[in-house]
Amino acid sequence: MDIIFLTFILVLSVFLGFELISKVPATLHTPLMSGANAISGITLAGAFLAAGATNNDMASWLGGAAVAFATINVIGGYLVTDRMLGMFKSKRGK
Amino acid sequence: MDIEIYTNLAYIVAAALFIFGLKMLGSPATARRGNAFSSMAMLIAVIAGLIGSQAVSYEVIIVGILIGALIGTLSARLVAMTSMPELVALFNGSGGASSLLVGWATLYYLEGDVVPTFTAATIVLAILIGGLTFTGSLIAYGKLSERINSAALVFSGQRVLNSALLLAIVACAYLFCIDPSATSVYLYALLGLALLLGVMAVIPIGGADMPVVISLLNSYSGIAACAAGFAVGNNILIVAGALVGASGIILTNIMCKAMNRSLANVLFSGFGAAKTAKAVEGEVKPISVEDAYYILEAASNVCFVPGYGMAVAQAQHVVKELGKILEANGCEVSYAIHPVAGRMPGHMNVLLAEADVPYEQLVEMDDINPRIENVDVAIVIGANDVVNPSAREDPDSPIYGMPIINVDQARTVFVLKRSMASGFSGVDNPLFFGENTRMLFGDAKESISGVIGEFG
Repeated sequence: MDIIFLTFILVLSVFLGFELISKVPATLHTPLMSGANAISGITLAGAFLAAGATNNDMASWLGGAAVAFATINVIGGYLVTDRMLGMFKSKRGK
Repeated sequence: MDIEIYTNLAYIVAAALFIFGLKMLGSPATARRGNAFSSMAMLIAVIAGLIGSQAVSYEVIIVGILIGALIGTLSARLVAMTSMPELVALFNGSGGASSLLVGWATLYYLEGDVVPTFTAATIVLAILIGGLTFTGSLIAYGKLSERINSAALVFSGQRVLNSALLLAIVACAYLFCIDPSATSVYLYALLGLALLLGVMAVIPIGGADMPVVISLLNSYSGIAACAAGFAVGNNILIVAGALVGASGIILTNIMCKAMNRSLANVLFSGFGAAKTAKAVEGEVKPISVEDAYYILEAASNVCFVPGYGMAVAQAQHVVKELGKILEANGCEVSYAIHPVAGRMPGHMNVLLAEADVPYEQLVEMDDINPRIENVDVAIVIGANDVVNPSAREDPDSPIYGMPIINVDQARTVFVLKRSMASGFSGVDNPLFFGENTRMLFGDAKESISGVIGEFG
């Protein structure tokens, strides 16, 4: 059941992703990619499981490295996306 | 059990915010707030994940977060806008590495329990896709930053070697899944093979095809996160990973279409050298900065067509300045951007936005082409293949069929170019010999500054 449930989520998310992203205009494709970089740092939520364990040293080392890599994505991705989007200005907006 | 319900409720909120954030990325006016929503979603998901993990030791987690936050902040703050493709390549790689490590660590975490075959298979996928994304992105980074030769590297026996590599991966994956354990020799074999696959996959791809590769690796980093989500049974990883995967695939598709090539062709062909196009003959007509000024001074509709050369020359600021002067002179100014101009999707748009060009003036290829005949002067800055009329006219050209910006149909074309060398694809460009083309030789930034000086 678990497998079916997770696959169900996957399929719906993929369709939703296609719907949403195909509406992003070409001018925002670079911020879209760096924003996607940030979102893929979601592995952070999965990395805690291993990083916080004490029963196995190897698990916590690998998990800790995963936490570091994912945090680079999250922090770096959101900051650089925000920096870029801050530069997009409208003619009237000034 | 209680905690699990609360974390999952938090995940639902996070997923909704992620989706809302992506939706707001649909317009430049709301995009920045969208990004803020997305980061809020991430914060909720991460806190929920931390509580839900019921971690007993926080030292490793804190050290990991501090290291990651430091590297992430510095790279985001310090990167030049011209180097965005390199940064995104590195971020793709770090996403892949993180998924690989989560998959791998799960095996140790589950040590002692029986690992179900399905979990083992998803761990294999997380390791494979994550590893491939990691080394593939490092190679892409090397090519983009020209630390390694950006040309396609093709050698005899490459396909045989790659096929053998894939077979070995399938065999190891199967043998590992039969008896999954953290000490399985097949696990180590898979790790090595996945990393090797990433290298082998990207070396045969040339620098001009980097927009496709970087989009595809972007997608992989999401798919890897998805696989890791299945391995640890975490649904927010699956939702977010799928969104990223879908985004990368859409961009990959747009890039391939813009080059009129199939994904398979980009990935396996080692573009270049293959076909020989007609040699172009004719006379180029150079123009001086002063004459360029007289023509621009009289123009009422000017369209800039930037390419990677604008990024290299760091010319976006002077381009904007010239655009502003022309506007003050009563001229209509636009910036036409080909989907594969630059080294990643939307690269030119970001550079021009950095130079304060309002986004209303950034137009797409399909918008400018129908009205290109009304353009008095099209100024091509460091673009080559994306304005090459061979793509329309010469069936023997390697880029035949690729949609281009038809600048040759504008009343006058200025091409700013360092010298007469051919473009990244190594294809001759008949545009330079066109009746209405004037070549403005020299560094793009200096040439434009010169014209601005004439307006003085």
